[in-house]
Amino acid sequence: MTIIENENETIDAAESVDVVASEASQLHKLPRRNAVLRMSEVRAAELVDSPLAGENDQTMLVNMGPAHPSTHGVLRLMLELDGETVRRSKHVIGYLHTGMEKTAENLTYLQGPTNVTRMDYAAPFFNELAFSLTVEKLLDVEIPERATWIRMLMSEMNRISSHLLFMATNGMDLGAVSMMIYGWREREQVLRFFEMVTGLRMNHNYIRPGGVAADLPDGWRDEVLALMDMLPPRLEEYDILMTGQPIWRDRLQGVGNFTADEAIALSATGPILRSTGVPWDLRRDMPYLAYDQVEFDVVVGTYGDCFDRYAIRLNEIRESMRIVRQIVDQMPKGDYRVQDTKVTPPPRARIDESMEALIHHFKIFTEGFKVPEGEAYVAVESPRGELGCYIVSDGSSKPYRMHFRGPSFVNLQSMSHMMADSLLADGVAIISSVDPILGEVDR
Amino acid sequence: MSDETEEVAEESSEPEAEMAYGCPVSWSLDQKVIHPAAEAWKATAAALYLDGWNMCVDITAVDYLTFASNRQLPAGIAPERYEVVANFISHERRERIRARAQVSAADPVIDSLYEVFPGVDTLEREVFDMFGITFTGHPDLSRILMPETWEGHPLRKDFATGAIPVQFKGAPPAR
Amino acid sequence: MSLVQNVKDDGLAGLEHNFVTGQVENLVRWSRSRSSWPATFGLACCAIEMMATGGSHYDIARLGMEVFRASPRQADVMIVAGRVSQKMAPVLRQIYDQMMEPKWVISMGVCASSGGMFNNYAIVQGVDQIVPVDVYAPGCPPGPETLLHAIETLHTQIETGEIMRRREANGGAGAGIIVEQRDGQGESSMITLGSKR
Repeated sequence: MTIIENENETIDAAESVDVVASEASQLHKLPRRNAVLRMSEVRAAELVDSPLAGENDQTMLVNMGPAHPSTHGVLRLMLELDGETVRRSKHVIGYLHTGMEKTAENLTYLQGPTNVTRMDYAAPFFNELAFSLTVEKLLDVEIPERATWIRMLMSEMNRISSHLLFMATNGMDLGAVSMMIYGWREREQVLRFFEMVTGLRMNHNYIRPGGVAADLPDGWRDEVLALMDMLPPRLEEYDILMTGQPIWRDRLQGVGNFTADEAIALSATGPILRSTGVPWDLRRDMPYLAYDQVEFDVVVGTYGDCFDRYAIRLNEIRESMRIVRQIVDQMPKGDYRVQDTKVTPPPRARIDESMEALIHHFKIFTEGFKVPEGEAYVAVESPRGELGCYIVSDGSSKPYRMHFRGPSFVNLQSMSHMMADSLLADGVAIISSVDPILGEVDR
Repeated sequence: MSDETEEVAEESSEPEAEMAYGCPVSWSLDQKVIHPAAEAWKATAAALYLDGWNMCVDITAVDYLTFASNRQLPAGIAPERYEVVANFISHERRERIRARAQVSAADPVIDSLYEVFPGVDTLEREVFDMFGITFTGHPDLSRILMPETWEGHPLRKDFATGAIPVQFKGAPPAR
Repeated sequence: MSLVQNVKDDGLAGLEHNFVTGQVENLVRWSRSRSSWPATFGLACCAIEMMATGGSHYDIARLGMEVFRASPRQADVMIVAGRVSQKMAPVLRQIYDQMMEPKWVISMGVCASSGGMFNNYAIVQGVDQIVPVDVYAPGCPPGPETLLHAIETLHTQIETGEIMRRREANGGAGAGIIVEQRDGQGESSMITLGSKR
């Protein structure tokens, strides 16, 4: 395992911070860094309009997106093609920029999850979780055990549904259209469970600072176990349909190769980093919630190609199911939200009886609760990698600044490197294997 | 890891003059934060990298223009309007460290970390787009989220949210 | 023998198949509403629900709409699924302009319809400022049932509308509601409505 290349490097110059930067440069780890196209949109538009496009007449500049079916939303790629071969590429993003970080400064901490849940819309629980954990860190409150385990349950179910979405879209991008139908079929079942618990299929606003919005409904256990029984044979079907199938393997194996050095230098996280053989999973390496009390394996790849990334996600569904089964067994009893009256509104029944409870309820939902000043960064392992939330509080009831580190946003950088000197048709497989969710990229 | 590193770690655990990598250290809710000067930004990052902090996971900025309360900064650090925040991670030690540098409003310029951590490429572009902080040495510092013709930097505190008052137009007359 | 000869010989009994008579107009409306192909224009969260509608449980194929066309030239209906940013607005308009007449627009979700909860500098407050919208689907995101209802509503509109209606009358400039959304921007970065830019 070569996680850290310069493990044995002496740092005799560490005390003097005037160390020569070239020694500490990671650029040499990126042999394909010239594959990143550095060209402004204006310049590109000029070139496209001119009859002889391209830096020289050998290459051609092609725009892909932002309304292209295989780019997972509104991703736009500028590709410099030499025949069918991609020489350089650049991803142009921002077509879904929603200004959520600005909007968050005008919302109270209780309204915050409503806003952030719409970032990574394939994995909304993780956004709420990262936000809530950061706010709780600032508040310095300990949430009840049951809330922690409910959060874990919902996160892992969400990881399953998110990876099922990847299975569906990855199949569709590569022409296995039936896979799309199968992926949605299973995902629909998981969404039905979400609807049962949270009332919504997406954008739940369920995990909130202080716990979760509501306790699990009656019969949740049967519902989860039914899902856990339903999924394994369906995953076997995927294996038959795709994993072992020669066409599928030919399309993915050896395509979009990526090394561990490149992944680390480019700050890649999640399945992309793990596909290169680096066993880095925040659930195991920096445990949050109660992940240190459940047993699971971190799935890693060997070659760092598209097939590894596909296989990792498929097997992460299986690992998540393992975790979910343990959660079902170990789910503790107790409160589903913290009983700190500063953060938690009074129970609904008490509002009818007590004037103080009514006022208290009103205050929490209009003014919000105040959060001590400070700043904190908390990260969770979302299906796409490290999802971090950085909040600066000035002591009021609204964040002074909220920043989200979207894993897709950072992971997209690796795409140009993977695509260098590959065929355009493989480019589609590479985009798909990076699995970007543009809502999170642009925020 | 070499002996020097442990020395640095020991140094930083002392409550009095907490220093690490030549920068004052503060602890923000159990999270270690170092405060390099803007001029030493890149050199500090290089020192961090050589000390095993092998990934820069996040770069962002904060505009403290309208910050109401007192900012808690260690002694010797003068508060400025902007603050560039970087998060580093060590896979080996399984730890995080955060670096915060003060950037003046008059001259919002800081060194780019692209050479040390090439993964900050798009993150720095985002900060440039949203805050107008220039990173010298970045290979392609251009707008990333907003259109190239956009004027202003949206996440600055003096940039209006741009909310439009909601009104009902063309509604059928009341019966 | 030929069909005509059969009818001559045996009257209506000579018909091998049944016939239905009706107006050409009705036939055109009926066939348009039964095969209105959508353009793939997924933007955000709503796109996921739009895809779910295409899945086997909700089965948009029942309405003759399972063929999501990547090329706007082959599409009849544009389902604007998600929030439209200032950067995306000109692209959206261009795709709309590339679609063949007759064409319809469904605005899916509150973000597309009115900006939704994102009342800020980045989001266009209602896609009807850029393209004319026929049906608004509420919800954040609208569930597949809501989208199906919107599609049914659109089909009713198609079946009762005029077949030769053209939108050039008002330059395709939308519902006539224009919100000044400048946010301190100069003329150069303003979205010019009703033009290709």
